[in-house]
Amino acid sequence: MADKLRLTRDMMAARIVAEFQEGWIANLGVGMPTMCSDFLPADKFIVLHSENGLIGYGRAVPVEEAGPYVVNAGVIPVLLQDYAAILHHSDAFGVIRSGRLDVGVLGAYEVAVNGDFANWKTAVGKPGGGIGGAMDIAACAQRIFIMMEHTLRDGRPRLLKQCKLPVTAPGVVKLVMTDLGLFEPTGDGYRILEIAPGFSVDEVAALTDAPVEASPNLRDVQLS
Amino acid sequence: MQTRNKVVGSFAEAVADIADGSSILIGGFGPGTPHNLIKALYEKAPKDLTLILNTAGAGSGGNGAGRVSINDLLEARMVRKVVMAFTASTHPSRTSVLEELEEAGEVEAELVPQGTLAERIRAGGAGIPAFYTPTAVGTELAQGKEHREFNGRTYLMEEAITADYAFLRAWHADEFGNLCYKGSERNFNPLMATAAHTTIAETEDILPIGSIEPEHVHTSGIFVARLVKIPADGILHVSMPFAQATPEKPGGGD
Repeated sequence: MADKLRLTRDMMAARIVAEFQEGWIANLGVGMPTMCSDFLPADKFIVLHSENGLIGYGRAVPVEEAGPYVVNAGVIPVLLQDYAAILHHSDAFGVIRSGRLDVGVLGAYEVAVNGDFANWKTAVGKPGGGIGGAMDIAACAQRIFIMMEHTLRDGRPRLLKQCKLPVTAPGVVKLVMTDLGLFEPTGDGYRILEIAPGFSVDEVAALTDAPVEASPNLRDVQLS
Repeated sequence: MQTRNKVVGSFAEAVADIADGSSILIGGFGPGTPHNLIKALYEKAPKDLTLILNTAGAGSGGNGAGRVSINDLLEARMVRKVVMAFTASTHPSRTSVLEELEEAGEVEAELVPQGTLAERIRAGGAGIPAFYTPTAVGTELAQGKEHREFNGRTYLMEEAITADYAFLRAWHADEFGNLCYKGSERNFNPLMATAAHTTIAETEDILPIGSIEPEHVHTSGIFVARLVKIPADGILHVSMPFAQATPEKPGGGD
């Protein structure tokens, strides 16, 4: 039995972008998903879109290299591809609302078995929140992939039966990449498709607040 | 009223008529933030302002001398209401100035999804009073809003936003106020330019009329009332707050 390996954020990013298909337009949310731009599969043509109007950006670089004018949605300097264009904010969201995003990869505080997720308010009853572009992307992208730690710092699960926090959009999550594996919400629980090396399904289930069933093709997380 | 030359001599002069109770659209998403206008507004210190922009963190990048952020305006009790896509810290452990003022009942904060915010401003500038969007259907934000079905899908009605003033930052202008933006500094700026009674732009350069090819103009000068060139001792760029952050650091956009 190999040592238990909770996936690093780099590994999670590399694994989730392997799900991207040839020709997709993808939006990478602020925070952990932003890192996906450093791991895009070299053999596929993927166009990255950001809320602030970049169409066709690439990896994050120091500001000395990118210059002071070009940042992604996380306000991180990035390079532009040779086919890039820059829109204003309203057109950038027109791309989103019109359903042109093949995928949005977003961070979350909680995911539910029915595909709900929550990522804009950190506590019930707290005033305000941080929505950014997440609600537009969640409501309108063709599919939503979530990338997040499997548990809170104190060990409590974030894959739940039902969200406790106010949702960002109902029923939209297709895949969840955590540091313990790759999951899909089934309506009743979660199907684990790939598992972090060294972990058993029971161990993962113990850290999940809903039933976890193993996919018939369950394998270790594939990191090429 | 249009004039051939919109150039104003100083930022203080550009904001001199902003009265208590004014509403102001403020452009920027990192790049494209009108730092010098925000600073001049802070120094003039009108009260009871309504500010419409992406986030209260705007203008907060780095610690350069004389830099002013929206949080400084909030702390100086100049603001009555904000309309933004981020009204709370995205970090559970942190509390922002705005959150404290909102809990104390001193500032009203209207939280709007970013695409809805952009489109409400675009609609305001385009003479469209309201529109329907699928964003936020089925969430807490949809409560109390008109729902309507089109082609089997549910949408929310959202109303346009206009304001007394807009603060923009662009790259180059000509003296008439035609603007060009560089890189991602475009963001909200062209939308806000159209949605205010009085639009004020700060730019790196102001060129003679005729210097910009008409088809390369991003914002027409008819939308711009006042234009100020950023002086040598002004704020040209700020260090970006997350530029040096390692990818391990969560958050951003605020």
